[in-house]
Amino acid sequence: MTERIRLAHGGGGTLMQRLIEEEFLSLHDDPAGVLHDAAVLSLPPGRVAFTTDGYVVQPLEFPGGDIGRLAVVGTANDLAMAGARPLRLSLAMILEEGLELALLRRIVASLAAAACECGVAIVTGDTKVVEQGKGDGVFLTTSGIGVVESPEPIHPLRIRAGDRLLVSGDLGRHGVAILAARHGLDLQPPLASDCAPLWPAVESLLAAGVQLHCLRDLTRGGLASALHELATAAGLSFLLEEDAIPVAEPVARTCDLLGFDPVHLANEGRFVAVVPPEHLEAARALLEPQGGAVIGRVEAGPAQVRLRTPFGSERLLLPPSGELLPRIC
Amino acid sequence: MIVADTAPTVASLAAELAALTTRPWTLMEVCGGQTHAIVRWGLDQLLPPGMTLIHGPGCPVCVTPAATIDAALSLAARPEVILCSYGDMLRVPGSGASALDGSDDLLGVRAAGGDVRLLTSPLQALALAREHPQREVVFLAVGFETTAPATALLARQALALGVPNLTLLGAHVRVVPAMEAILADPAVGVQGFLAAGHVCAVTGLAELEALVARRRVPVVVSGFAPQEIMAALVACVRRLEAGEAVVANAYGHVVRHDGNPEARALLEEVFMLVDRPWRGFGRVAGGGLALRTPYDQLDAYRRFALPDPAATPEPATACIAAAVLQGRATPADCPAFGTTCTPERPLGAPMVSSEGACAAWYRYRRR
Repeated sequence: MTERIRLAHGGGGTLMQRLIEEEFLSLHDDPAGVLHDAAVLSLPPGRVAFTTDGYVVQPLEFPGGDIGRLAVVGTANDLAMAGARPLRLSLAMILEEGLELALLRRIVASLAAAACECGVAIVTGDTKVVEQGKGDGVFLTTSGIGVVESPEPIHPLRIRAGDRLLVSGDLGRHGVAILAARHGLDLQPPLASDCAPLWPAVESLLAAGVQLHCLRDLTRGGLASALHELATAAGLSFLLEEDAIPVAEPVARTCDLLGFDPVHLANEGRFVAVVPPEHLEAARALLEPQGGAVIGRVEAGPAQVRLRTPFGSERLLLPPSGELLPRIC
Repeated sequence: MIVADTAPTVASLAAELAALTTRPWTLMEVCGGQTHAIVRWGLDQLLPPGMTLIHGPGCPVCVTPAATIDAALSLAARPEVILCSYGDMLRVPGSGASALDGSDDLLGVRAAGGDVRLLTSPLQALALAREHPQREVVFLAVGFETTAPATALLARQALALGVPNLTLLGAHVRVVPAMEAILADPAVGVQGFLAAGHVCAVTGLAELEALVARRRVPVVVSGFAPQEIMAALVACVRRLEAGEAVVANAYGHVVRHDGNPEARALLEEVFMLVDRPWRGFGRVAGGGLALRTPYDQLDAYRRFALPDPAATPEPATACIAAAVLQGRATPADCPAFGTTCTPERPLGAPMVSSEGACAAWYRYRRR
């Protein structure tokens, strides 16, 4: 018989106790292994960054990751974008009655491995179970705390005309991996999500003394949404060179087939960095070896993102609207 | 990106076009895929002064009648029905509120509990029907001659296997009759066409040659990549400047003169030509495909006793889709463009599909 989550697992009784002990305790970092109502933290000195995010991805497991890895890496990456070293996470799980325990164990193992990779400890958590049909297998919410290591604030309002725009790697792998898994597209070779921690790259930029005016991770809505938000917040005009934007060939081909634009696809291990021109070379030297590129610059002018095509024509880069749906032909 | 490699070719084609052009020609690209590429890559910015490209009606999502969408909405609201279609059909608004929660598109019906599934291939509908023998699976089958053969294959297999719980809500359309209707309208003023390469890959060139013989305009079969579109424009203007009304095939590595005979035979076997109302366009003689006997037993209109969309008038709307689809207006001429009409809340179908002219302008030109 397949072991499955039952409503009683969320009831607070012995079933719940056993589930926590068997599956989840491995995640917590209390040396005594004793559960308590709240975690008490000792953090290194400095300003504290705090963020939270919910994770509802379908399918729960996909090439290159799963919801567990996403929930740790995604929240740790949000901290990194504030120039903060990720340190502690909370984890709330909403499980749907009927979820296979074997799947839950895999997700928990993945959470633990990702936490280890990101250097964060999961220090507090909560588990609830909802009736069948009222959840989508697993919903996860993680909140994260980090300590800011950037000497200056990293913020959209620090963006200046003349700044340069870089991306940390090629775009769209996560979006294509999820679309392929969701719609049963048999991509050959299969494409894995780019889901990965961003702090190591940010840390190396800071260590090299690169002044970071702004950082933004390119999650839902992709490069287009992120840059649109930044240009709007900064009240400045961004000009991109389309052929400088790195896109892997299988991503470009799949987008072509389905009618998507790589700049609209989600990423889970990529960010855009805005740096002053005198720091461009240092940033480029660190990001280019990992697939990154200089993609454009910031100009005075109306808040918009313009893109120059390889043919010398220009268009606006706008955020995608609504759900991304494969086109008919 | 891959297309960047074609920049030198595109630049030299643009120069050739400029050198060739002596008059302000007006051309129409028929296919929505071409419209999207033109706006996406800004190819219209590379044209000689005075040359106009009109975006044609070749977006099957855009021209599917509101009454067909209404039929799909009413079926999707029934508990026994699994309604499935291609992705961008799920966002097309019908003529008003549906039975389920007042939703006016299939995504809304799905959010309100309707069982609406997205397919990437029609044969997935067959698998769904066999997986759920107690449910009624309805495939909203749209598209030009490009997707019609796949629907025909589905119909043939469904009948051969005797699948009792699968029906087709058919809205397949044909391109050439619409081109004929455009040329018959003196207000439009199209002097030459870029024809849809993928459609011709199925149908071949004979029907276009008959059109050219009747209407005396050059037609160039075109691909969809920037350099293919530019090459087709050069070929078309060359014919216009020389006063030659011929069909030229600028997509020869894909399109053969006789098309795909196997696919054509399949279409012939399963479908017959009918007059069909096109949304925002009116009735197009011979502009639709309908299931012929014995495949008509798969007809969802018949199975569920739905009203014939051909008999239902188009709803009144603020949308100027008709003028846009006929090339009499650009999306930006519409007061609703980007204000009350957006891809999230489309008033008309050209704002829905990425191949619709309004959606393409919204995506790349919105100010």
